[in-house]
Amino acid sequence: MATSGSILGNPVRRVEDPRILAGEAKYFDDLEPTGCAHVVFVRSTMAHAKITGVDIGEAASMPGVLAVHTKDTLALEPVAGMMAPPAFSRPPLADGVVRFVGDIIAVVVAETRAQAVDAAEMVVVDYDPLPVVVDAEAALKDGAPLLFPDHGSNVAVDFVTMGATADPTILDGAEVVVSGRFVNQRLAPVPMEPNGILVEPGDTVTITVPTQGPHGVRDPLAPVLGLEPDKVRVIAPAVGGGFGAKTGAYVEHIVAAVLAQQLGRPVKWTETRSENMVSMVHGRGQIQDVDLALTKDGMFQAVRCKVTQDAGAYSQIGAFLPFLTRTMAHGVYEFPKVELTAISAVTNTTPTGAYRGAGRPEAAAFLERIIDMAADEIGMDPIEIRKKNFIPPDKFPYSTTTFANYDVGEYAKSLDEAVRVAGYDQLRADQKARRESGDVKQLGIGVAAYVEITSGGMFQEFGSVEVKPDGSAVATVGTSAHGQGHETTFTMIVSDLLGIPMDKITLVQSDTAVVPRGSGTMGSRSLQIGGSAIYRASEGVLEKAKVLAAHLLEANVDDIVLHDGGKVGVAGVPASALTWGELAEAAEDASRRPDDWEGKLAAELDFNQGEATFPFGAHIAVVEVDMETGRVELIRHVAVDDCGKVLNPLIVQGQQHGGIAQGVAQAMYEGVVYDEDGNPLTANLMDYAMPSAAEFPSFEASNTETPTPLNPLGAKGIGESGTIGSTPAVQNAVVDALSHLGVRHLDMPFTSERVWRAIRDATPA
Amino acid sequence: MRKRSAKPPLALPCRPVKPAPFEYHAPATTADALAVLAEHGDEAKPLAGGQSLVPMLALRLTRFGHLVDLNRVPELAGIERHNGTVTVGTMTRQADLERSPDAAAVPLLGLATPLIGHFQIRNRGTVGGSIAHADPAGELPAVVLTLDAQLDIASASGTRTVSASEFFEGTWTTVVGDDELLTAVHFPVWADGAGFAVDEVARRLGDFALVGVVCGVELDGSSKVTRAAIGLLGMGGTPLRAAAAEQALVGTAPTDDELTEIGRLAVADLDPPADIHASTEYRSSVGAHVVKRALRTALERAGG
Amino acid sequence: MDVSVTVNGQPQRHDVEPRTLLVQFLRESCDLTGTKVGCDTSSCGACTVLVDGESVKSCTMLAAQADGSSITTIEGLAQGGLQHPVQQAFAEHHGLQCGYCTSGMVLAAVSFLDENPNPTEADVRLGLEGNLCRCTGYHNIVQAVLAAARSR
Repeated sequence: MATSGSILGNPVRRVEDPRILAGEAKYFDDLEPTGCAHVVFVRSTMAHAKITGVDIGEAASMPGVLAVHTKDTLALEPVAGMMAPPAFSRPPLADGVVRFVGDIIAVVVAETRAQAVDAAEMVVVDYDPLPVVVDAEAALKDGAPLLFPDHGSNVAVDFVTMGATADPTILDGAEVVVSGRFVNQRLAPVPMEPNGILVEPGDTVTITVPTQGPHGVRDPLAPVLGLEPDKVRVIAPAVGGGFGAKTGAYVEHIVAAVLAQQLGRPVKWTETRSENMVSMVHGRGQIQDVDLALTKDGMFQAVRCKVTQDAGAYSQIGAFLPFLTRTMAHGVYEFPKVELTAISAVTNTTPTGAYRGAGRPEAAAFLERIIDMAADEIGMDPIEIRKKNFIPPDKFPYSTTTFANYDVGEYAKSLDEAVRVAGYDQLRADQKARRESGDVKQLGIGVAAYVEITSGGMFQEFGSVEVKPDGSAVATVGTSAHGQGHETTFTMIVSDLLGIPMDKITLVQSDTAVVPRGSGTMGSRSLQIGGSAIYRASEGVLEKAKVLAAHLLEANVDDIVLHDGGKVGVAGVPASALTWGELAEAAEDASRRPDDWEGKLAAELDFNQGEATFPFGAHIAVVEVDMETGRVELIRHVAVDDCGKVLNPLIVQGQQHGGIAQGVAQAMYEGVVYDEDGNPLTANLMDYAMPSAAEFPSFEASNTETPTPLNPLGAKGIGESGTIGSTPAVQNAVVDALSHLGVRHLDMPFTSERVWRAIRDATPA
Repeated sequence: MRKRSAKPPLALPCRPVKPAPFEYHAPATTADALAVLAEHGDEAKPLAGGQSLVPMLALRLTRFGHLVDLNRVPELAGIERHNGTVTVGTMTRQADLERSPDAAAVPLLGLATPLIGHFQIRNRGTVGGSIAHADPAGELPAVVLTLDAQLDIASASGTRTVSASEFFEGTWTTVVGDDELLTAVHFPVWADGAGFAVDEVARRLGDFALVGVVCGVELDGSSKVTRAAIGLLGMGGTPLRAAAAEQALVGTAPTDDELTEIGRLAVADLDPPADIHASTEYRSSVGAHVVKRALRTALERAGG
Repeated sequence: MDVSVTVNGQPQRHDVEPRTLLVQFLRESCDLTGTKVGCDTSSCGACTVLVDGESVKSCTMLAAQADGSSITTIEGLAQGGLQHPVQQAFAEHHGLQCGYCTSGMVLAAVSFLDENPNPTEADVRLGLEGNLCRCTGYHNIVQAVLAAARSR
């Protein structure tokens, strides 16, 4: 690949776009099969309570109502969480106790959505309130209200006893120790399309669901329905974003599927936004106590971080994510010692799960924050202290003390480039001038260098390529795009290897009936694993084509090449070369193909990368802080992200932009807030401050390219890098804007009030 | 504790988007609209632009047996200038107000209106709807109060006119009765050369202001203030006038330090609300700065 | 009640409950599902359509209120098989990823450009404040709208 004239590396426009722009792409809620009934859930309005009675009588008698169920009439197995005690499993319909606002008490299914809503309103619930705990640290204290009293504690996962034993001497011998306590606040993923499901029963149950991986929905649903997996067809149609939160089967999916089976008719659940804000998993939610030991001249000696992870009610993926925080606790630095211990605790809040970055942004956040505090402490420039401690390029592959094996890294290269693009020295001069003039708008410059793990733990993916007698090709892959443009990128790969024009190549994905297996699109794995599977399958097809062409042309297979123009034939003899259509036709003709030929002109395989890749980069954010109102404005954001070989810069930069925006949003705007009774105060898009275009500048995003040796594309993930680099850069910028007042740390998000308080408290009245 | 699931706490509308059923009325004249309101009293609700009401209905945070759609009453919309007054019909779209050359005679309208919601919202949202909704953080209610506008309120039995200082009673409540309609607002036109400004701090652009100010000043031939009006939004249960600050301003040609002092005076006796977005303390302190800044801008625009 | 409107040039008449929102009317009665629902507080703009040429969030309007109006949805924006310049610019500048906000964003942009034919970047950003996107960081959307303005 990547010979001269290769399509790879070019900004190829997306083939997905025409149908989306015409309004023709079908998202699950756009489908309404005949006879479709509608599901509405009755959710708890209390964060923790015993349910002493549920009166469904009036609801059941409402017009159009087909069924109303509580756990008494719809008994479903509780769903267990990852690594968590079985006692923390979640019954799809609450079994006597509700544990967060949004927990499901009853379900109504009716002919129309309006009728289902009308009936759901008539369900009367008797609650007996229980004490509430909304904070993970409070949940771990003696005497804290217990979500599962039989279990005896709120501990979901304890990473201290999982090999990460605390070393009390880790800071011994330090010349300087800086310490901080950082809140990495809880976020709502907010894909623009909320959750939902459409279930059509039949000999094969067909399920259309907005998910990042249809096989991951099928596998838990099939046994609930009492069916073999091949009798459950799961389709991910056009999906309106996921960001980690649309993975696996939600309890709502289970209930809807069972109801469809019972009623023998199609059933649909369409989540509303205000419902989504309490029922879809939240992300982040860590409290981090951090110590950094270093020498007076800025060499790092040790870093220690104690994480308290908020798992939310019922333990799901969120409880496990500190594992990834620990994996990345080394960052881009040569730490002699690194220690991260973590405890995940259940609380009376929405369960936490994966959200863009999922455990890794939290690592970059605490490292980059404590390093800036250290730089302030010893009076060193934040760029200098970072570069002093970078793992040098000649040490890769580099095994960290937190069990990561970094593939490649040139950390100074991306930071130097960010410094150059930002005009760092001039920015510092501007900052100095504004400080000296007492400008009401002070400038802050924030730096962050990061490394992250992509395709972690999910190294294998299915891919196949088949060439048809009409000369077209079909590629099939186990990843499942929902905005990432795989139809474009993956067909570019096939086109590049086989010389078949992109418009004659179809990508098949997102349907368990036609994709035999797959892990879906998550963890920034798709191009490097799924794309490599397509790459290897394309190579396999080309090898078969060469064998076939050699047979047909009575030539030696070693003399067969792919000619320009996409024909296969003898090197130097393009005139006799065969088209892909001719080859595919011959492959199906027993009289023309070799005797030992098997199957079509196709190849399929599971590509296994064997280990993860570690993209890296550097971000520089520039903010203005209004010293009177506390309002922060991001005026520039420079991102240099290294995802290895870039196949389609248009799509890579799109991922960078989106990632940056979400990371900036964490720093500046977003945060899920509960009151002490566990009522969510940010359960709609008016109160949850997801930013619009008006809140951002244009981004200055570029790349360095350090290919990974682990896959044939040289590609590493890019889906989450922007998020991981941008949050600490912006956070550091805001603290930097106030550092002349003695401010050393501020938690996110930077509401005007939070910043105003910091200024007020730092400035003598 | 027994709860119908229909009555969640206000902040927790975790429910699908479908209004409860209602009867829809689309009168063609003001008289017909008033007749429907007279018949159904508090069971009926006028529907103007619907930019606040429809989402509240859809989330079932509120419900009415009867909706009286005013969008088909042409006589309720329109902007007219007579001598010293600009009269705006209650159903005038906010977007039309932004574009109107007649409304330009009241510069505060042009300065405040773009801060309402988003442009799609202003395409539907009406002047009267926003004023009668009486959100204490709303821009137009603050303009009404600051300019001492006069408001026409009609019922089946006749029309009364009230002044802005009497109109707002509390958060989302006004003197408009269940059987009445706000039909028009009369904004006084200030002298040529007057300066106006609007400034606010919001979480995001388009959000309700955490704290905001609308103000106007007139100067004599030199730079002495002869007339001043300062209105605050987001600082109480209704829009508020900063009367003491206005008095302190009139007769002076304020220095920057004096403006700072007037800003402080404007918020001195207030007890602004606290919510998840901002505390009382923040609103007070930042309110003073915002008043100072807006006055500075208004004075500059007045040629001071 | 009967609601009669013209949608994308075609007459549409349907019997609906008075409480039907315009977006539900378009999606469920007219079967035009290009218009999306992304929130319930008129915050996100995914449901933006043109009513008599002006952009409106169709979740804040009753279908009954639209009776007699002419409505344009994303399905009707292309003319004679040719994409609208804003649609073309979104494709060219990678102004969409998952596509869920796209129809509302495009219609908001069309309406915005009608009123602001020569916008600055800041104008575009302010003009699109009522439309949320989670994928693109808005960067390429803004580039697309500026490009569409230049191409007019």
